[in-house]
Amino acid sequence: MAVLPAAFSDLEPFADWALPGEGARYDKRLASTMDELQAFYDAAFPRLTDGVEYLKGVALDGISDEDTHLLWLFSSLVTVAFPVEVWRQPRVPDSGAAAMYAVVEPTV
Amino acid sequence: MAHFTKPAEGSWTEHFGIGTDPVSYEDSITPEHYELERDAIFRRAWLNVGRVEQLPKVGSYFTRELDAARTSVVVVRDRDEKLRAFHNMCRHRGNKLVWNDYPGEETSGMCRQFQCKYHGWRYGLDGELTFVQQESEFFDLDKSEFGLAPVQCDVWEGFVFVNLDRANTTPLREYLGELAWGIEGYPFHLMTQVHKFRAEVGSNWKLFIDAFMEFYHAPVLHAKQSVDDESRKLQAIGYEALAYGIDGPHSMVSSWGGMAPPKDLNMVKPIERVLRSGLFGVWDAPDIGLSELPPGLNPARHPAWGEDSFLFFPNFMILVWKPNWYLTYHYWPTSYNTHIFEGTLYFVPPKNAYERLQQELAAVTFKEYALQDGNTLEATQSMLESRAVTTFPLNDQEIALRHLHATARQWVADYRSSGGASSPSRISAVS
Repeated sequence: MAVLPAAFSDLEPFADWALPGEGARYDKRLASTMDELQAFYDAAFPRLTDGVEYLKGVALDGISDEDTHLLWLFSSLVTVAFPVEVWRQPRVPDSGAAAMYAVVEPTV
Repeated sequence: MAHFTKPAEGSWTEHFGIGTDPVSYEDSITPEHYELERDAIFRRAWLNVGRVEQLPKVGSYFTRELDAARTSVVVVRDRDEKLRAFHNMCRHRGNKLVWNDYPGEETSGMCRQFQCKYHGWRYGLDGELTFVQQESEFFDLDKSEFGLAPVQCDVWEGFVFVNLDRANTTPLREYLGELAWGIEGYPFHLMTQVHKFRAEVGSNWKLFIDAFMEFYHAPVLHAKQSVDDESRKLQAIGYEALAYGIDGPHSMVSSWGGMAPPKDLNMVKPIERVLRSGLFGVWDAPDIGLSELPPGLNPARHPAWGEDSFLFFPNFMILVWKPNWYLTYHYWPTSYNTHIFEGTLYFVPPKNAYERLQQELAAVTFKEYALQDGNTLEATQSMLESRAVTTFPLNDQEIALRHLHATARQWVADYRSSGGASSPSRISAVS
């Protein structure tokens, strides 16, 4: 069953990245290989420009499930962009075992 | 070659007359000094514990664990809509009054009254003891004498502060001083979209403030955050601030910041180009109805201004960014070489899902930088504790660090010389 808006059905194979919360998205990044991050990035980044135009027309009040999933999926793209675009590793360099948790974030 | 003007004395440090000698970090590595700081600083200074937006209605409350000050407080909006703070402690036999499941974890919510989990004593939102289970079993119990132990509580520009010193006579606004007065009127109340991060850090609390009150480190420590060409350029140029300020125990640094938006799009990562956002915030600043910045923001009135960092002693920072958003930092000590760091981003609520995504990029970028900063601190703490080297040369950009450590030492010295006299808030059962 489709979880994303029809216009972004090509991203359905990556719907497992449509995760609520920064913590879950970050955990999935750390649990992924660079090849997996690259594959997701290569599929989602070229759709981001269309995504921006689409999301500009989406109000947060009463947002649909499909649009929420798209927002979460692109939020995951934001999370994986750092390692893919710059670091070539899932963790930020020189951060060792340091951990930081989102304890308050918007509901959507 | 300086790019920005320095004061006539030749440096900011000499301008403010706080000395230029190498600095000892003994205050950050000595358990005994930290024990004194708890009473001399954290039980005497005004401490920021939150924002008024966290207490929107009558009965809204939150707790704050103030380990450094050896207590927990509950802050509540009472029936007159006034904010009050109390030690989070039942007057019967001392049980912590407000908590869920884990006594050491903070909580928040709405209530009509507080009820102790242990024996069911109840307190009104004004702290008055209103109900005692099987009251007739007690001996001449006068309920009016057993209200919750009050803590001084006041609000400045929507920021909620407490002061645990019952003898304190310095009003909050006077304590915060000129640096705070200079930013009054900034519309903090419009920025209610909150992202808050929390980390346990293996360093003395002052070391993380050090990291955030100078940008000398930025082109080096964070080099791997930028695309390669930009990184090399930043490191070659180094960093300079626009202005510094010191008033009482507090300080500020005013910084340039040409990255929101950047002059050249090739300076930033592809994701930033598409989403028009990054470490410096969302490039398209929301309207906040401000025709001119308050005088304390961008005090040099420099066109390249990007951000101001204010440290309100001891452990509260406000960072106001050019694209109309702000950050707060809190550093809550848990021992001489550990503390809890809180970084909270405040945005104008997004109008649509795209703006929400832009803010997400700013928030997670902040987190990635802070992870590098926090990890470096453990490396610093461990070597400071080796005492292989005991004094350190601080440069002119590290003026706020010099002032912070000197102030912390001074408060401890004053407390010692007064014999720890003005003992912080304790309440006796019946005086």
